[in-house]
Amino acid sequence: MALIKAERLAKTYRTGEVDVLAVRGVDFAIEAKSFVVFVGPSGSGKSTLLNMIGCLDHPTGGKLSVFDTDVSTLDRRAAAEFRGKHIGFVFQDFNLIPVLTVYENIEYPLIMVQDWPEEKRRKQVTRLLEAVGMSGQADKRPDQISGGQKQRVAVARALATNAQLVLADEPTANLDHDTAYRIIELMKKMRDEFGTTFVFSTHDPKIMGEAEVIFALEDGRIHQPSSIGVPVHA
Amino acid sequence: MLNILKIALRNLARFGRRTLLTSSLITLGIVGVLLFVAVSGSFKSIMIGQFTDALLGHLQVHRKGYVASIDTLPLNLNMPPAMVEKVEQVLKRMDSVEAWSARIKIGAMFSNFTETTSIRINGVDPEKEAATTPLLPGRIVEGSKQGPLLKPGEILIPTLLARGMKVKVGDTVVLVATNRDGSVNGKTFVVRGILESASGPSGKDGYIHLNDARELLRMKEPEASEIAIRLRNPALLDKVSAQLSQELSGLAGPGAGQNGQPGAMASKGGGGALEVHTWADLSPFASIVRMIDLLAVFIKIMMVSIVLISVMNVMVMAVYERIREIGTISAIGTPPRRILALFLTEGLLLGLGGTALGTLISLAVIYALNIWKVTFNFGMQQGIVLSPAVSARDVVTIAAMVVVMALLASLQPAWKASRMDPVTALGHV
Repeated sequence: MALIKAERLAKTYRTGEVDVLAVRGVDFAIEAKSFVVFVGPSGSGKSTLLNMIGCLDHPTGGKLSVFDTDVSTLDRRAAAEFRGKHIGFVFQDFNLIPVLTVYENIEYPLIMVQDWPEEKRRKQVTRLLEAVGMSGQADKRPDQISGGQKQRVAVARALATNAQLVLADEPTANLDHDTAYRIIELMKKMRDEFGTTFVFSTHDPKIMGEAEVIFALEDGRIHQPSSIGVPVHA
Repeated sequence: MLNILKIALRNLARFGRRTLLTSSLITLGIVGVLLFVAVSGSFKSIMIGQFTDALLGHLQVHRKGYVASIDTLPLNLNMPPAMVEKVEQVLKRMDSVEAWSARIKIGAMFSNFTETTSIRINGVDPEKEAATTPLLPGRIVEGSKQGPLLKPGEILIPTLLARGMKVKVGDTVVLVATNRDGSVNGKTFVVRGILESASGPSGKDGYIHLNDARELLRMKEPEASEIAIRLRNPALLDKVSAQLSQELSGLAGPGAGQNGQPGAMASKGGGGALEVHTWADLSPFASIVRMIDLLAVFIKIMMVSIVLISVMNVMVMAVYERIREIGTISAIGTPPRRILALFLTEGLLLGLGGTALGTLISLAVIYALNIWKVTFNFGMQQGIVLSPAVSARDVVTIAAMVVVMALLASLQPAWKASRMDPVTALGHV
């Protein structure tokens, strides 16, 4: 059973008087615990696809099922609850909360989203800090650590609520190659350690090679399925 | 909630200068209002005290229609002895009444044997008058303040009259008055003292002994023009006034029907023979008090506007500057109500901080003003000591008003933040 299943999934934006077809009826399925990348140039629809999978945006056509839920029917509150329960996010710009320490940034979703008790939170954050190699930086603020370290913290935050799916939109775009590789390696390690499905996007050909499943996007269509990928109607 | 509070506090600290500026504005507003309330309240109390304790008493009982025609001091509207006795019986029963003084008010001619002028005279029982208006002896600017206020055959005259008629303490003067039947009588008096003039009713009246007044008017019975009453707790003025009106409305007394007046004794507006007036009904200063109160309301409105505008401005900026952050916390699944709570808490903390600081500063300044004993002059009265004070109720009301306004001002920006589309917010540059 696929964790994510898209059938003729489409998204059209209205920009002024013009309709922009960001995603044009794509079909794909992603299995649990897989390490998946959407690749393609800017404007190819990678972010739009990730936003729809992450319940941040609604499809305008087709069907999208995540964890057996038709996410196109979720309203704002239900979508927030769904994200908080099942999905973690890693952003290109890290998007850590500047007033909180590394520890508190990882703890944040456990307080604001899931109301975990303090002791349980402490154990979880400590475990994740160790897992991403940031135990020594727990008390630092985001402006006191490097870009790679910020992204490690972001990965830990995405995993804090035991999310089964982590979506990462261009997680290495603001990092140098070495750091980018280390982040991808970290994500893979987390997948292995926690059994989490990782779906990320990139336009960097070197990084995409690290993925186990590749969906190549161009002009809103999956046009070049990888030999490893599993496009439903490829 | 504690965690939201912690994050909200850090967010405020993150924009320290802006937080400080806004809190300072709120603090200034609170200080301005509390100081105004304290100082104007003190001024009001002093002035009201001057009127009630030196001239009018807190309440006065008159025969119905007397106050309406008080300019002519109509003797035919005096209270007959039975009516006075009944009123005094009621006053004796009332614990809230500390003292009372029956007065006879006379319009008379005043002569120094070479010149003559008109004067308004209060015939009073010196002991009862001193108990009812304890600051009256303090108005004596020339002559002895010791001993009884007056003895029979003595007169206290106002400064302006003494100056105009070139009369000094110890001089003999003549009062000539016409009684209710139209017969004229005169009596000589020795000037015991000269009273400083005061603004308002009775402020330029002279005083003689009650028995002298009755003799001058050839009264066969102990009538009274008014009964001035002093309360133990002036704060209960309206309550006691209503109670007294109620008590008097149930009275009917012999002699009350004389001179064509209704026989029943009743309160103001009750259609009976007696009226109860508070000092505010009798003194034009009551309008000034109302103006001060109105001014206080306007100042409070101004303060509320300051709070509303400054907090709203800060919160709108806070939301605008943190759009991406809002997008992030929304994307990771923070429920909209918690985002709302976070921004409301920030606004609330701004209001609370400014209010707490403002209240502390205000109380310190009020304390300092009470230690330094600031004095001021009012009319002829010199060196009145200002004793600013603010009640706990005022502090709580004003503080609550500011905090609620801060919360309301944050509502729109907080609502906007909680409703923000995460994709748009994350894409914000």
